[in-house]
Amino acid sequence: MSEIVNERYELNKNLAQMLKGGVIMDVTSPKEAEIAEKAGAVAVMALQKVPADLRKEGKVARMADPKIILEIKSAVSIPVMAKVRIGHFVEAQILEALGIDYIDESEVLTPADEEHHIDKWKFKAAFVCGARDLGEALRRIQEGASMIRTKGEAGTGNVVEAVRHLRRINKQISYAASLNEDELYAYAKELGVSYELLKKTAELKRLPVVNFAAGGIATPADAALMMQLGADGVFVGSGIFKSKNPEKRARAIVMATTYYNDPKILAEISYDLGEEMEGIDLRNLSEHELLQFRGN
Amino acid sequence: MKTIGVLAFQGGVIEHVKKIEELGAKPQLVKKKEDLKSLDGLILPGGESTTIGKFLIETGLKDQILSLIYEGMSVWGTCAGAILLSKNIKNQGSGVLPVLNIVIERNAYGSQLDSFKKEVFVPRFNIATECIFIRAPRIVEVAEGVEVLAELETPIAVLQKNILATTFHPELTSQNYWHSFFVENVVK
Repeated sequence: MSEIVNERYELNKNLAQMLKGGVIMDVTSPKEAEIAEKAGAVAVMALQKVPADLRKEGKVARMADPKIILEIKSAVSIPVMAKVRIGHFVEAQILEALGIDYIDESEVLTPADEEHHIDKWKFKAAFVCGARDLGEALRRIQEGASMIRTKGEAGTGNVVEAVRHLRRINKQISYAASLNEDELYAYAKELGVSYELLKKTAELKRLPVVNFAAGGIATPADAALMMQLGADGVFVGSGIFKSKNPEKRARAIVMATTYYNDPKILAEISYDLGEEMEGIDLRNLSEHELLQFRGN
Repeated sequence: MKTIGVLAFQGGVIEHVKKIEELGAKPQLVKKKEDLKSLDGLILPGGESTTIGKFLIETGLKDQILSLIYEGMSVWGTCAGAILLSKNIKNQGSGVLPVLNIVIERNAYGSQLDSFKKEVFVPRFNIATECIFIRAPRIVEVAEGVEVLAELETPIAVLQKNILATTFHPELTSQNYWHSFFVENVVK
């Protein structure tokens, strides 16, 4: 890896560090972006449609139109992220040309490549990628992701998968940290990741990049739960703009992410938020309807 | 032992905490009014200035921190923290804690693609320090009574009595010059 690429990667990891303890919100219009910024979001994710609508439609979901992205970019002063399809390096080139702050190579959109993720080292732009377990997270980091988010199950308003993924990653890191050198080699092989990266993770006892929780977070309590489980921050998608009072709920989720270990404050901010997003019991979804299995 | 608070609503909090520990001082996370008791100094970290500013206002910490600064408590803003301390934000009014006599411009270098790292000589330390600029602001005007400690075309580190501001992130480097300067020289 050249020194310039390395320095760029460090700068991109640094931006993610500055987002810690914050909430990143999905938005589909300048107006929603303003609501998010006003509520205290640390960044917004510019999308054509929120995950709940993408899920309902079942059509091919692609990168948002640059018009929407640029309108959102000029509406707010916080960083703007946008999603590209897994493996769609041309969509990523377009986002880089638009001067986006972070690119999310996301399973929420329809995958463009079933075998290859984007070679993120070829880009100057920063990348965030989803992961369900340690192997997936470290493979994405090997490909050049400078931030990870647990996948959860987007657009469901159901936090169960986000919890599963974060707990699994934590458990696997603890396990890696308990291994001796020989065992660590075998475990790296099992996970399909490089020994060096796994060793570094075991030493740090955490992922070497910032890890946000995502997928199904709909209430302040959900956000605080993910923070108490060790997330560095949270992504909120449909949970906000599919509820009755997005302004109030967005604000409450931001507060909950900061005061995550203070039940008294959490009780206050959870009070009278109005109707929440309708949730989906995941047992009612068949496997092909689940987004988290896209990309490995 | 000096106790240094780190405003902990959001952002690069843990990085500052580690530096304070390395220097043998005691870090104190600040999220509520009672966390401000008996601090010798306070660091306002990098993050999103709009987000952190909102928390300062809604929790009432804003007024309490302002009184403490007027009473002489030392404060240091890095990046977003520098914006919060500025009396004038270009085209956007003032910071939430407007005590520093400067005009600052937010995201002045551009998007994340324009973030950069550079070694800058600091006359006061007689050494070049590593400066990391992440979607950084730029100090465009400095009034009387504000000492410029480092420059990269425009001022990037300024000191006004008990108030220190840097537009870059010393907490992201392996160096301790700026933290040691704040804890030993600015904090009385």
